[in-house]
Amino acid sequence: MASTDTTRATGDTEPTGPGGGTEAADGTGTATVAAGTVSTATRKAGADGPAESLAGLEAGLDALDSAPARERVGLGRILLAKVVPPLVAIALVVTVWQLAAASDLKPDYVLPGPLDVADSVRTMWLEGTLLDYIWTSISRGALGFVVSVAIGTPLGLLVARVKVVRAAIGPILSGLQSLPSVAWVPAAIIWFGLTDATIYAVVLLGAVPSIANGLVSGVDQIPPLHLRAGRTLGARGFNSVRHVLLPAALPGYLAGLKQGWAFSWRSLMAAELIASSPDLGTGLGQLMENFRVNSDMSGVLATIILILIVGIGIDLLFFSPLERRVLRSRGLLVRS
Amino acid sequence: MTTALAKQETAAAAPVAPQASSPYAARIDHVSKSFGRPGPGQQLVLDDVSIDVAPGEFVTLLGASGCGKSTLLNLVAGLDEPSAGAIDVPGGRPALMFQEHALFPWLTAGKNIELALKLRGVAKADRRPEAERLLELVRLKGAYGKRVHELSGGMRQRVALARALAQDSQLLLMDEPFAALDAITRDVLHEELTRIWSQTSVSVLFVTHNVREAVRLAQRVVLLSSRPGRIAREWQIGLPQPRRIEDAAVAELSVEITEQLRGEIRRHGQH
Repeated sequence: MASTDTTRATGDTEPTGPGGGTEAADGTGTATVAAGTVSTATRKAGADGPAESLAGLEAGLDALDSAPARERVGLGRILLAKVVPPLVAIALVVTVWQLAAASDLKPDYVLPGPLDVADSVRTMWLEGTLLDYIWTSISRGALGFVVSVAIGTPLGLLVARVKVVRAAIGPILSGLQSLPSVAWVPAAIIWFGLTDATIYAVVLLGAVPSIANGLVSGVDQIPPLHLRAGRTLGARGFNSVRHVLLPAALPGYLAGLKQGWAFSWRSLMAAELIASSPDLGTGLGQLMENFRVNSDMSGVLATIILILIVGIGIDLLFFSPLERRVLRSRGLLVRS
Repeated sequence: MTTALAKQETAAAAPVAPQASSPYAARIDHVSKSFGRPGPGQQLVLDDVSIDVAPGEFVTLLGASGCGKSTLLNLVAGLDEPSAGAIDVPGGRPALMFQEHALFPWLTAGKNIELALKLRGVAKADRRPEAERLLELVRLKGAYGKRVHELSGGMRQRVALARALAQDSQLLLMDEPFAALDAITRDVLHEELTRIWSQTSVSVLFVTHNVREAVRLAQRVVLLSSRPGRIAREWQIGLPQPRRIEDAAVAELSVEITEQLRGEIRRHGQH
């Protein structure tokens, strides 16, 4: 029996020593087969000995096993696949709407046509007030959302990681998600009066639970193997949260953020609609209430469309690309 | 040791106290492990198992299902506590490799290794060169910026091996790390593991249910019986490395060990 040390020393360098003859023969055998199917590098390596031959074999395997580079999809095809269908759908809806309005099913002050609505938007634009209304609402929504993230994230972490906290407030937190945040408006008005505080309170109560719940489900979906791997690498306490827990939970957390934004925006509109007062700046919700008071149906419809556009726009510009990027970088999103 | 040179190289990056004086890399001393509350429902998984892994030694733990080999590995890794007996790993926290690569999908291959270095306390400036050295060691020089899902199964396990080596532990625990790979890739990784083991001073405790794999790799094969896990027999493998899994001598010894393993399994059918 050869001693351990000599065995290990000859391990990689020379195919001599006991069994070396068969080893060399085997090595060349492998190299020939590999060279035939894989690469010239392997053929060259065959002459240099088993170590080189192994490197070549491995390079061949790596090349064969790796996914081939994806072909770039042309801009035209992306437009055709992603942009044209929704445009066609919108055009269809507008056409049906226009036909219904033109056929005078209902009087114009109940069902104005798309052109009347476009006219309302144009008037607001010409008055120079349109962007102010939109900006007032967006800045409220954004501030409310940021504060919701700041509260919802630590809350979600606590619920996800501390058993007592989860038992205590976990069910309430998910229950709150099904409570429409409009329900908070009367209470908030009594607490805070017709102030900005009322609006923000409603936004927070709407968005914080869904952000916290998103993080909780993100943490729950972490494969236990990743947590084990983190522990064997020596991640403890803060390091474990920072380097394993949070990045691993990111997809679920992002989904929660996305939903949190939708909830902020919805709650904000509800709050603005009900808690409208001349003291508060005019956002889209108040604008709509003003149109209703004046029985201006095309103004109401125009505002609904604006609210929809802002909600969809922020999702499309901000959350969807972020989510896609994260999922794609982890190989969780297959390009269709 | 002929491996002193390689050892110097790894030691340069880590301010770890030399543990060379210890006579073993891991000592499993009369360890038993049971799960559940004491009483009739309690399940004894490991019964009085003692194994010493010498510094630089390559030991495989072989056994059928239910022999508690993964449980034993968890105990050595410090992820669980033995019910009786003691485990001593003088070189500090051992590195552990799983059947699944367990790489973090939100990091590139290189950053996965750098995280292990960071958690070990390696200074920021030294991490990148050290990660690239380790990737070169597992022959994945160009993979630094690759995401985990862009790598093949064999490449992932090699990155996982590099990450385990990044912990600069004196003991590497491997829990059926190649079981999910195809035969050709597994064969290549056996050669790689043998090469890397011979270039470093690391001791390996390798768990498998594949007899030929055990004989192909190890200096010593420990056969565990099942339910509860006890040491049934040990073999010293004197065959020189590099071996091949299809070597006649490997096959011959595998036949002998398989017979013994089958005998152990058969006992469970006789009640």
